[in-house]
Amino acid sequence: MKLAYWMYAAPAHIGTLRVATSFKNVHAIMHAPLGDDYFNVMRSMLSRERDFTPVTTSVVDRHVLSRGSQEKVVDNITRKDAEEHPDLIVLTPTCTSSILQEDLANFVQRASLEAKADVLLADVNHYRFNEMQAADRTLQQIVQFYIEKARKKGNLVTEKTAKPSVNIIGISTLAFHNNHDCTELKKLMGDLGITINAIIPEGANVDELRSLPQAWFNLAPYRELGPMTTDYLAAEFGMPCVDITPMGVVETARCIRKIQTILNAGGADVNYEDFINEQTIHVSQAAWFSRSIDCQNLTGKKAVVYGDATHAAAITKILSREMGIHVVWAGTFCKPDEEWFRKEVEGYCDEVIISDDHGLIGDRIASSEPSAIFGTQMERHVGKRLNIPTGVISAPIHVQNFPIGYKPFLGYEGTNQVVDLIYNSFTLGMEDHLLEIFGGHDTKEVITKGISADSDLGWNKEAQAELNKVPGFVRGKVKRNTEKFARDRGQNVITLEVMYAAKEAVGA
Amino acid sequence: MTVAAEPQALNFECETGNYHTFCPISCVAWLYQKIEDSFFLVIGTKTCGYFLQNAMGVMIFAEPRYAMAELEEGDISAQLNDYEELRRLCEQIKKDRNPSVIVWIGTCTTEIIKMDLEGLAPRLEAELGIPIVTARANGLDYAFTQGEDTVLAAMAARCPEKAPVAQEEKDERNAISKLMNFGRKKEDVKASDSEYKDHPPLVLFGSLPDPVVTNLTLELKKQGIKVDGWLPAKRFTELPVLEEGYYVAGVNPFLSRTATTLMRRRKCKLIGAPFPIGPDGTRAWIEKICSVFNIEPQGLDEREAQIWEGLEEYVKLIRGKSVFFMGDNLLEVSMARFLIRCGMTVQEIGIPYMDKRYQAAELALLEKTCREMNSPLPTIMEKPDNYNQLQRIYELKPDLVITGMAHANPLEARGITTKWSVEFTFAQMHGFTNSRDILELVTRPLRRNDNLKDLGWEKLVRDEAIV
Repeated sequence: MKLAYWMYAAPAHIGTLRVATSFKNVHAIMHAPLGDDYFNVMRSMLSRERDFTPVTTSVVDRHVLSRGSQEKVVDNITRKDAEEHPDLIVLTPTCTSSILQEDLANFVQRASLEAKADVLLADVNHYRFNEMQAADRTLQQIVQFYIEKARKKGNLVTEKTAKPSVNIIGISTLAFHNNHDCTELKKLMGDLGITINAIIPEGANVDELRSLPQAWFNLAPYRELGPMTTDYLAAEFGMPCVDITPMGVVETARCIRKIQTILNAGGADVNYEDFINEQTIHVSQAAWFSRSIDCQNLTGKKAVVYGDATHAAAITKILSREMGIHVVWAGTFCKPDEEWFRKEVEGYCDEVIISDDHGLIGDRIASSEPSAIFGTQMERHVGKRLNIPTGVISAPIHVQNFPIGYKPFLGYEGTNQVVDLIYNSFTLGMEDHLLEIFGGHDTKEVITKGISADSDLGWNKEAQAELNKVPGFVRGKVKRNTEKFARDRGQNVITLEVMYAAKEAVGA
Repeated sequence: MTVAAEPQALNFECETGNYHTFCPISCVAWLYQKIEDSFFLVIGTKTCGYFLQNAMGVMIFAEPRYAMAELEEGDISAQLNDYEELRRLCEQIKKDRNPSVIVWIGTCTTEIIKMDLEGLAPRLEAELGIPIVTARANGLDYAFTQGEDTVLAAMAARCPEKAPVAQEEKDERNAISKLMNFGRKKEDVKASDSEYKDHPPLVLFGSLPDPVVTNLTLELKKQGIKVDGWLPAKRFTELPVLEEGYYVAGVNPFLSRTATTLMRRRKCKLIGAPFPIGPDGTRAWIEKICSVFNIEPQGLDEREAQIWEGLEEYVKLIRGKSVFFMGDNLLEVSMARFLIRCGMTVQEIGIPYMDKRYQAAELALLEKTCREMNSPLPTIMEKPDNYNQLQRIYELKPDLVITGMAHANPLEARGITTKWSVEFTFAQMHGFTNSRDILELVTRPLRRNDNLKDLGWEKLVRDEAIV
């Protein structure tokens, strides 16, 4: 048992359902008790889905518990088949129902005899996999199912398209800014003269899957969804894969150059250097921003980064390499991706933290005292408490991650959006100066902002009054430094003298 | 409108369909706030935890007084000792939070793996020295708000059996009376006790926000009825005394288990009344309590009439309109009864669970209201099938659908006006004064759509997308 207040990754069935419902005309049946079906709520409420989420719960209640599902699951599958005529029905249990040890594979087999749709049991261990791993696995499973089916029927399309083409793999529903990223990738591929063969799973028909092998290469921008599928396609058809996330100016260029290498190896003759140069120097505003006076003031500012592996790694690189910001530590909750993550951010931050314990992350933020945090909604909240500005760069998703306006993270427009996010997260340049010159305008009573332990030290009246004069945005830091100084010297009451001594000692 | 030939009595059906409601562990979200010295430990899987965190929108940001005991593979396969594991977690909670009570919320998973929470709790309670209350708020047996029912039923067993002898002491214990007498001298309080008529002790059950508790307590005080306590109280240590023969009355329609426990285990007498929702319901609730105590209610006619007068600006927006309840929070019958009194027609009352005995007085009032308002008697659909309901909604074209969150946006996109049932669960809707808040919510989508009506944006999906 684990005492848990917060989870960065959803349970496995959410990953499976994200993939299933991203496809067009695929229905999912959940074998689950009442209340486990909140995926539908997330789709309706978080991403403001207009259509009914194609997920039906075959309710596990007390009767099912005592007598087994018997015909219930099979009936629900065949009923949905008749009502909605889906191409594919995916059956999934949840953590809860997976321990009932019902023979779901048998239900699937029986249902597929009757149903016109294909029926598939999502093959996921609900106690070992989290949302991301399950999504990755389910996508691969569905792709493999349709490749093998096409092979049997003899309608698999393996001959390469005449012109360079790509499968974009890993765009899905209820994922972080995926819809906008997808639009940006389509535009980028268009600019590069590459035809889009398929985008999966979002908006794809399962029938398209048999034509996946005709693309020249696969593009998998996210570590969290796609790699199992691209590995499978590489093993089966020798399809090359570009797995460089085109986030930030430098990485976008690196991604495009990798594409260029693959296309030229496949017999095309492309040179994207002019395009990269034009975009970098003149079209995207990110490179220019990096050289502007505004960005000068960010030099050496401290930041911490935390999120899923893809976004945390990419943002760390942008901050460090493209803006000269000092990343004190970078971390991710994607524990299975530790090795990859460490390699990616090596040299761009002082320290790497691999943990899904939000308490630890909060404490590390408090003790690092960065000027800005780039993290998830949880870190945004930590930032609020510590009065440190935060930019949200990663799932777990929140209604705010479905902005109405166009806000991609990938591609050249993505570079602009990311710059805005980073720049606006820091105290603005001039504002910063003015506060320093005029000593701040914040005369509110001080609030203790430590995440962990409350202060055991007393401040006398004069010292407290002096502390209140310190501008709000550095007050917490001054307070903590002074208290540390006093504690180290065994002083219980902080007087003006102690405060000044501390200031001299630590430059607070 | 295509309402079938008007039935002569309420029509009860049960579809036993595939329907969506929130998990009963949701109750943690409001109960931890209500019971200020409590800690709720939900013993379940990641699926349960992610629900609380995400779908309920209860972001666990400030480490509040609830947490998950997340079951891992070792727990499921019984490789770990449940007692030792729970002890480890509860010791941590005691150290970090020092609550007056730890409430263990059992889930579907603890049911399936047959974890003996009721057996483990007394042992750990003795060892830790903190009361541990066990409630089985699982989705196998219960829906959404019934989670509160399981917790209150368990807490009923913890209410003190004997009232303290000294009157002063009792005043001290009773937070509500203290609040109501705030700033008054002791002699005044003594004198004000005589404002109460002589009647057997009355305890009310159901979790309501504190202002509503005060409000309902004062309404009864106007009739000379003294509320001796509420289950739950603001603090676990202030649970009301329940002696044999005490009278009890519920304020929420989903508390049938608590009612049964109070009657059978604590030998209390249940006052079966309609629920104090809407001016009509509130009046009926007060009247019923008065009648049990042989008290002639005073000024209720005027009070109700005055409330209705104040509601008229809202009522005129919904009079003659139709409403369809898909069924979610078990408040449906009371809400339907109130809206029929407002002049609406109810096409269907979906409800996850219908206890005809505990809701008998409410059902009778619903029937009476339909007759008096000359409104067709609605079908009450227990455990509805959401797919079938959608077909009926397309056919009946209700002016308003009150539904769970999963269906709200898709229905809106098809030009069907909706209101989330969850909002009523969290709104302050009980009593005379709060009737306004119910109608504020009910009419909001209608008012919004009225504001936008000239834009022609009724249907925001392509035709082929209609399921």
